Amino acid sequence: MSILTVSNLTKQFGGLVAVNSVDITVEKGSITAVIGPNGAGKTTFFNLITGVYQPDNGNVQLGSTSLIGKKPHDIARQGIARTFQNIRLFSNVTVLENVMTGLHKQLKAGLVGTLFQTKTVREEEKRAQEEAYHWLEYVGLAKHLNEDAKNLSYGAQRRLEIARALATKPKLLLLDEPAAGMNPRETRELTEFIHRMREDLDVTIVLIEHDMKLVMEISEQIFVLDHGVKIAEGKPAEIRNNVKVIEAYLGKSAVTPA
Amino acid sequence: MHKLTNKLKGNKLAQIILLVLYVLVTSLSLYLAQASVTAFLLMLFSLLILYYTELPDRLKWVIAGVVLIGVIPFVSSTGPGYQSYMEVATVVGIYVAMALGLNIVVGLAGLLDLGFVAFFAIGAYTYGIFATGQAANFMPFGNFPLSGESFWIFILIGCFVAALFGVLLGIPVLRVKGDYLAIVTLGFGEIIRIVFNNLDKPVNITNGAMGLASVKPPEIFGYQFVYPNQFYFIVLGILLFVILAVRRFEYSKIGRSWKAVRENEIAAQSMGIHLVRTKLLAFAIGASFSGMMGVVFAAKQTFVDPTSFTLLESITILVMVILGGMGSVPGVILGAAVITILNLQVLTEVTNYLNQLSLDGVISFPEALAPAKMQRFIFGAILIIFAIYRPQGLIPAKNPVFDEESLKEGSKKHRKEQITVEPDKGFQA
Repeated sequence: MSILTVSNLTKQFGGLVAVNSVDITVEKGSITAVIGPNGAGKTTFFNLITGVYQPDNGNVQLGSTSLIGKKPHDIARQGIARTFQNIRLFSNVTVLENVMTGLHKQLKAGLVGTLFQTKTVREEEKRAQEEAYHWLEYVGLAKHLNEDAKNLSYGAQRRLEIARALATKPKLLLLDEPAAGMNPRETRELTEFIHRMREDLDVTIVLIEHDMKLVMEISEQIFVLDHGVKIAEGKPAEIRNNVKVIEAYLGKSAVTPA
Repeated sequence: MHKLTNKLKGNKLAQIILLVLYVLVTSLSLYLAQASVTAFLLMLFSLLILYYTELPDRLKWVIAGVVLIGVIPFVSSTGPGYQSYMEVATVVGIYVAMALGLNIVVGLAGLLDLGFVAFFAIGAYTYGIFATGQAANFMPFGNFPLSGESFWIFILIGCFVAALFGVLLGIPVLRVKGDYLAIVTLGFGEIIRIVFNNLDKPVNITNGAMGLASVKPPEIFGYQFVYPNQFYFIVLGILLFVILAVRRFEYSKIGRSWKAVRENEIAAQSMGIHLVRTKLLAFAIGASFSGMMGVVFAAKQTFVDPTSFTLLESITILVMVILGGMGSVPGVILGAAVITILNLQVLTEVTNYLNQLSLDGVISFPEALAPAKMQRFIFGAILIIFAIYRPQGLIPAKNPVFDEESLKEGSKKHRKEQITVEPDKGFQA
């Protein structure tokens, strides 16, 4: 069963076609990678799915609901969470509160309830703290709960972003270059962790990544974008030997022997 | 000195004794001295000392309550300066509430608002129009002016009307961000003032530049509030509510979404936070505090005219927030108190002193250099100095500290319900 169906998706910035008639289907419960050279339109593709940009053409469906015309916060409420290529944490807020912000859409507290601190609101707040702490434990950041997010190390910030995304209880999790800037050991741990998330949490994962080792190891399906066009799709083994993909990454001379 | 502070740290009894001693000495000096500004300022300073003691929060509130409700009004009541002290304290209270409102908009939600005094004006005019004969000009029914007893309801009405205008203003204004937002709100602040200045025709609603005179004083069971020492308690009551509200909002889902919007709009949205609604809520709540105090201001002055709501007022409130520490409730309270007292007491006192000196012929002091006239210069200097040396303000904002042990217990529930993992396994870089 497919959870995300993207058909004919197109986005232009002036004369540049950043994403050009892309069709992609993501199976529920799978781990899918979107790869491509720099500037291929991968992040734009994520931004189109999450509503940061509105597409010029095409359709994006989560399950059976179309996401076209929906605002980012609506799409988040539909069950899509994401992390960002250039980390976007709430820097001057504590680690725990960062994750609690991820719980935002599950909390019911209103203006009046907050003002009078009703029993329900207090209990809900306590539960939210506990749940946020639980997510911190899950990504291994529990002991940092009271630190400001900006004071975490780079790798820890990436993990915090994932924890925050997980707190929204997503059906679909989009990871934008999760291994960027990580050392080999951290990358290996991340690979394991992504696997574990899928096992534990009943979540479908789509990731953009440049680290081919990671991509080949964890993804069941790979889509390759180049200049906004989908040039290949398939299992890791197929992509590895795909002529078009090699050409896109290494240039024509790599495939046509001199 | 350093040794002394180290000794005091952790010794609560010594802190209490010192605080009580300080309050006793200052109140005695205020009680005995006739109209001594210094004694009054030192008396107020005790609240700051209280803030820095390590007593439990509840006890601090009780002590602050005793000092504010009992000690200050009582010890200052003997001298001839009684009403002027109470006037200062009342105005401080009004500005503190407004600064706390602006703090929500600027400090928590990160929206620079340079026209904040507009909401104060709206609150003031809301009461001013109906508590004078003015409303009879355009209201088809009802007897105006309304009696002073309506004041209490008008605090609420002023609150809601200001909040409504906060939302109405916010809808168009929040399409722009950052510096542009500052400029647009600045424009809005001026527009409101100019509209009030000119809304005497075709229908005379605000009485234009003439202003609304003899606004009915508040009244309850036949008891009239006329003097500053009476208004002091009204302001104190509202202020208590405002502080309570701000603190509760700050550490709630709403406060977190404000901070999220301040820190990163795109990330906030991807958490399911409705950007426009969150910003509007900040505007509305901030405005509502201002609106309430506007009503009090109108009743206290018994006169409302557009000149009380100039751009300089908006800037003054912003300076309070920046001086105190953006996003920090105790900081903003301190900032508002410092700036108001500087304005009302220190600058005028220094000016009087210098005038006295030049009258006595000790120095020749040109009128144009009077400190009371150099407000703008002084605020500008404060802003620059703080931007360079202490951008986080006098009392920087603090994030809440959570108790890890109790959360550890609680989170076990979630672990059982949702997933079964050994928390130590993997990903512990």
